[in-house]
Amino acid sequence: MTTAVRRRKPESRRSNGGRPARALAKAPTGIAGLDEITNGGLPRGRPTLVCGGAGCGKTLLGLEFLVHGAMEHDEPGVFLSFEETTRDLMVNARSLGFDLQRLRARRRLLLDHIHLERSELTETGEYDLEGLFIRLGHAIDSIHAKRVVLDTVEMLFTGLSDRFLVRAELARLFRWLKAKGVTAIVTGERDAEHLTRHGLEEYVSDCVILLDQRVVEQSATRRLRVLKYRGSAHRGNEVPFLIDDHGISVLPITSLGLAHEATTEHLSTGVAGLDPMFGQQGYFRGNSVLASGTAGTGKSSLAAHFVDAACRRGERCLYFAFEESPSQITRNMRSIGIDLAPWLERGLLRMHAQRPTSLGLEAHLVTMHRLIDNWQPQVVVVDPVTNLIAVGSEIEVKAMLARLIDFMKLRGITALFTSLTSADGAAERTDLGVSSLMDIWMLLENPEANGERTRVIQIVKARGMAHSNQVREFVMTGRGIVLLDVSRRADGSVAIGSARSARQGVTRHRRPKPSRRSAAE
Amino acid sequence: MRNGARRTMQLRLYVAGQSPKSLAALANLKRLCEGHLAGRYRIQVVDLLSQPHLARRDEIVVIPTLVRKLPPPLRRVIGDLSNEERVLVGLDVLPRSASGS
Repeated sequence: MTTAVRRRKPESRRSNGGRPARALAKAPTGIAGLDEITNGGLPRGRPTLVCGGAGCGKTLLGLEFLVHGAMEHDEPGVFLSFEETTRDLMVNARSLGFDLQRLRARRRLLLDHIHLERSELTETGEYDLEGLFIRLGHAIDSIHAKRVVLDTVEMLFTGLSDRFLVRAELARLFRWLKAKGVTAIVTGERDAEHLTRHGLEEYVSDCVILLDQRVVEQSATRRLRVLKYRGSAHRGNEVPFLIDDHGISVLPITSLGLAHEATTEHLSTGVAGLDPMFGQQGYFRGNSVLASGTAGTGKSSLAAHFVDAACRRGERCLYFAFEESPSQITRNMRSIGIDLAPWLERGLLRMHAQRPTSLGLEAHLVTMHRLIDNWQPQVVVVDPVTNLIAVGSEIEVKAMLARLIDFMKLRGITALFTSLTSADGAAERTDLGVSSLMDIWMLLENPEANGERTRVIQIVKARGMAHSNQVREFVMTGRGIVLLDVSRRADGSVAIGSARSARQGVTRHRRPKPSRRSAAE
Repeated sequence: MRNGARRTMQLRLYVAGQSPKSLAALANLKRLCEGHLAGRYRIQVVDLLSQPHLARRDEIVVIPTLVRKLPPPLRRVIGDLSNEERVLVGLDVLPRSASGS
């Protein structure tokens, strides 16, 4: 045990040099995302402080750390609970998919509950916590534990009246844990002014993780932040996390993103006349595409075309529908000649419909990550991405989208996001915020001119492509979106609607031919 | 006289080796029992250093801990037992209200 401590000393000194990440041995928590932001896990052989308010997930984080340690890393663990009884812990863990009973039976996990109630104790003179040390020491030795969780050790202050003694004994306890060489999580309750109510952070200073739960516009969001990690690179940003029936998921990190490889493979937009507008044959594989416009401008139709084309190629598509039900979408698309039903039946298309307000923002993101990870689609549609704004602030949505986009880019997934802008232009700001994350941005409008509404599409940007700058008119037909031929006025502006028809001398408005020439300009 | 006081009181003192607090607690306990419970008590000393598994079984955190096993209900007194009156209250030998604890 002591050798482990000794071995680390020169390393931690070296960490001042230049390669801190290599110097420090780490114990993976096995919690999705947390090991990424800590570059490999918690400091091995040392205590980590996990603090936060009531109900923020401290206990669960500790439990998962032990369960993963026991199951995946051959590191048995001791959970010493000062709050929940062993029985409660097992029941709670079961609801998250962990079978603690089995781990206990296999001697991979030991649960112990310490109950100290001041009213049940009479204090007469000097004492110490040697009983706790013996108890914990015996628990560790009996299953050869490598991991320990103390949850919440501060309860000792409630149970015993001598605060100075408890403080001194806790300091001794943390030194003792280090000497034992176990990787420990010590949880602490946060209060308004301090990280922990009784200043545990003074003793556990190697690694401090802060958990937080906030309610923003009636939906709870959970955040995790690595406040401190001595001798190791870590990201100090707040990251959202989720607790669901799979346990804790911490969301992957933004900075993963720029490592993806850019491909030159083209993917058809699914709209014959639109592909040539991108210089060659549609989007690049792995692009993030934004199609924004006011209500009824054809965003979902554009998405459906893309999905249809992908399924025809035999690719898997995942469609996140945040506004309409899958049956509604398939019915609507059938009316413009796009039949998505066969793709659903053949298992090439999956639709995941959910009201944005039914979950918090990070819950959506985790769900999306999980579905994408499980099914590995080549194409993803988010329709509309703006509905997520209903559950988060603009900045949060942007950060979330950045994560999602990076995540998909790394997997070479081509994603199309629709964005609903409001007629008064207020939501344009959202577009601007989000569009910087996108490779391609298309704007769909239905301007009113000469007493009629027409549909137009333009490419605002398309990274790495010599795209058309034209505003193009299109119509919805029984065969989907069809771009119309360009008709220019003498001043070079593009005539649309009846003005176009008048210039061309024919009324092709109702039954247009899908034009191949149109892109030749 | 209270009900339980006539019966034999079974006491168990948890210590950790021969630490000063443990030794003080045992000495204080013996003196106190002779003074107030003569002939009506039994003391068992448990050294957790030699029987560490008992710490968990008997829910011991603090050393020294004195447990009144019988008569029920279970009573726990912690510390070196230097305050005789508080120990007696804690063991229900003296009424609780008297000491204001």
